[in-house]
Amino acid sequence: MSKTVSIITENFGKYDPGSIDSYLSIGGFSAVKKALTMSSAEIIEMTKKAAVKGRGGAAYDTGRKWAQAASVPGEDKVVICNADEGEPCTFKDRSILSKDPFRLIEGMIIAGYTVGAKNGYIYLREEYRHLRPLIRNAIDESVAKGYLGENIINTGFSFHIHLYSGAGAYVCGEGSTLIESIEGKSGRPRIKPPFIKECGLFQLPTLVNNVETLAIAAAFIQHGVEEYLSHGTAGSPGTKIISLAGNVKNPGAYEIPFGLTLKEIIYDIGGGITDGHELKLLQLGGASGKIGPAAIVNTPYTYEDLAKEGLVVGSGGILVVDDRTRVIDFVKSIQDFFIHESCGKCTPCREGNRQISKIIDRFVEGRQQPDDLQTAERFANIMSNCAFCGLGETAQSTLLSAIKHFPEEFGLTEVAENEKH
Amino acid sequence: MNRTKTEGFGILTRELAQEIDKTINLYQSNSTKLVGILLDIQGIIPKQYIPREVAAYVSEKMNIPLSKIYDVISFYAALSDVPRADYVIQLCDSVVCKVTGNTTLRDTISQLLGIKEQESTPDGKYWLEYTPCFGACDISPAMRINGKVFGHLTSQDSVKAVFDQYR
Ligand SMILES: Cc1cc2nc3c(=O)[nH]c(=O)nc-3n(C[C@H](O)[C@H](O)[C@H](O)COP(=O)(O)O)c2cc1C
Ligand code: SF4
Ligand code: FES
Repeated sequence: MSKTVSIITENFGKYDPGSIDSYLSIGGFSAVKKALTMSSAEIIEMTKKAAVKGRGGAAYDTGRKWAQAASVPGEDKVVICNADEGEPCTFKDRSILSKDPFRLIEGMIIAGYTVGAKNGYIYLREEYRHLRPLIRNAIDESVAKGYLGENIINTGFSFHIHLYSGAGAYVCGEGSTLIESIEGKSGRPRIKPPFIKECGLFQLPTLVNNVETLAIAAAFIQHGVEEYLSHGTAGSPGTKIISLAGNVKNPGAYEIPFGLTLKEIIYDIGGGITDGHELKLLQLGGASGKIGPAAIVNTPYTYEDLAKEGLVVGSGGILVVDDRTRVIDFVKSIQDFFIHESCGKCTPCREGNRQISKIIDRFVEGRQQPDDLQTAERFANIMSNCAFCGLGETAQSTLLSAIKHFPEEFGLTEVAENEKH
Repeated sequence: MNRTKTEGFGILTRELAQEIDKTINLYQSNSTKLVGILLDIQGIIPKQYIPREVAAYVSEKMNIPLSKIYDVISFYAALSDVPRADYVIQLCDSVVCKVTGNTTLRDTISQLLGIKEQESTPDGKYWLEYTPCFGACDISPAMRINGKVFGHLTSQDSVKAVFDQYR
């Protein structure tokens, strides 16, 4: 287990997340205290130096995003903490929300101060409603002690945090959809432009960041960027919380330095495959991520090395699957998820998913027709090129990567045989 | 919409109306908080759903068109316009729970309840639904009962032990 590190997760288990006094006793709010003595430009500079790619999945450079948000004109701006964590095989934000809610609040205050926002919104998925009282309490106690609200620790800076609940819709994790949901509507993405950084929640300039991204910001403000940057690789500096699950002995959320190989993650941290089975495939980045065969285990877990294999870090989900699962059943499970979660707004995703599902079902039952795979692939490519939002664009990543890496599991050779007769 | 199911005759008692008023006031009757308001209201209604007369009441109280209320109710998986049950049982049907083997969990629950998904037992006590990943993949296969998460449900005994708490 010594391959894990603790920077983002350093406070886990060190204090009682239900008590601000306990948090203050371990030096809590020193990041906010420090940030409020700095200028916005200095914080942005530091954030750019830390080179944190957004941890919600899209991997956009956080320093750049904050700089853009700060430069948008507007007296009244908004910071949203995306705690929708809907990606299957992703539960790392849950670990921060449940073990270190105060650091998240610090991260939001720092983001708000940096970009010039007065209000922050936490959008917490309904599935995490058991964490609501804990977060509510963290907000209330922070206000009571003067770390949040009007005139934070007598600096003249005021920032308020509001807690909103999702209601069970994966698509609401997408920034503009999340905003629709906070505005009290059903969750369908908005057309861009206008971009939410200029016209987002309640028409105000809006910054959306993932829970982990905000927690990292609090960490490197508190300790300086050097410690954070002492981990990782040149191309992927720093650390990441992964959600390791599936057929591994020790599933869980672990903070790792970028650059460990997948093998180290699965065997040294995860304890290897359960019940003496063989590793068959990995899915990285949740249901919207891609799959790779067992042969990729020597790949270092970095943005650039995974990209070479056609894989993504995404949300940081690492799903380990052994030889007990058929690839086609795996694909079907992902397909069922996207059919359920498509909001139905655009045709490529709404209809594409339905048609692809029919084809996948035929494969599952072994009654596929000769051109089925080609058709599915064609529809999948149309979806990734033409869908209205990220859901439809990525919904077929698993299918396409499965066809690439496991053609035999789609009976491709069999079909070729049939065609001869 | 199935009218006979959603009509909910006589559900909106004076007491319930007062409770709903309280909830709406708690959220300052703010229309942007509609999702949260409906979730909270659903939480205090027996069988965990939003009956039509309640939807109409909220619509009137908050001055939001009924069609908009139903747009929200029908969109979000966590909101229901049909009566569910005292205990809402949600089995995760997503990929990690599949890979770690949730067939025993599914079969055991079906046997114990004698119902299929999106059904309630005749006594109105249990409702069964399959849901996407709720972020308990590290303890998969998992289920939720009235929002509480239970994991490592790989054997009949483990499922029965959880179920016994909700007899
Ligand atoms: C369909 C869909 C679902 C998403 N779900 C989430 C989510 O649950 N949590 C999250 O942080 N980002 C999610 N994202 C990414 C967000 O749109 C956005 O990029 C992110 O919250 C920005 O924060 P970051 O830059 O800190 O990563 C989702 C995107 C799409 C298209
Ligand atoms: S891609 Fe899918 S989820 Fe996104 S807008 Fe289109 S139908 Fe909705
Ligand atoms: S896949 Fe079942 S809880 Fe995540």
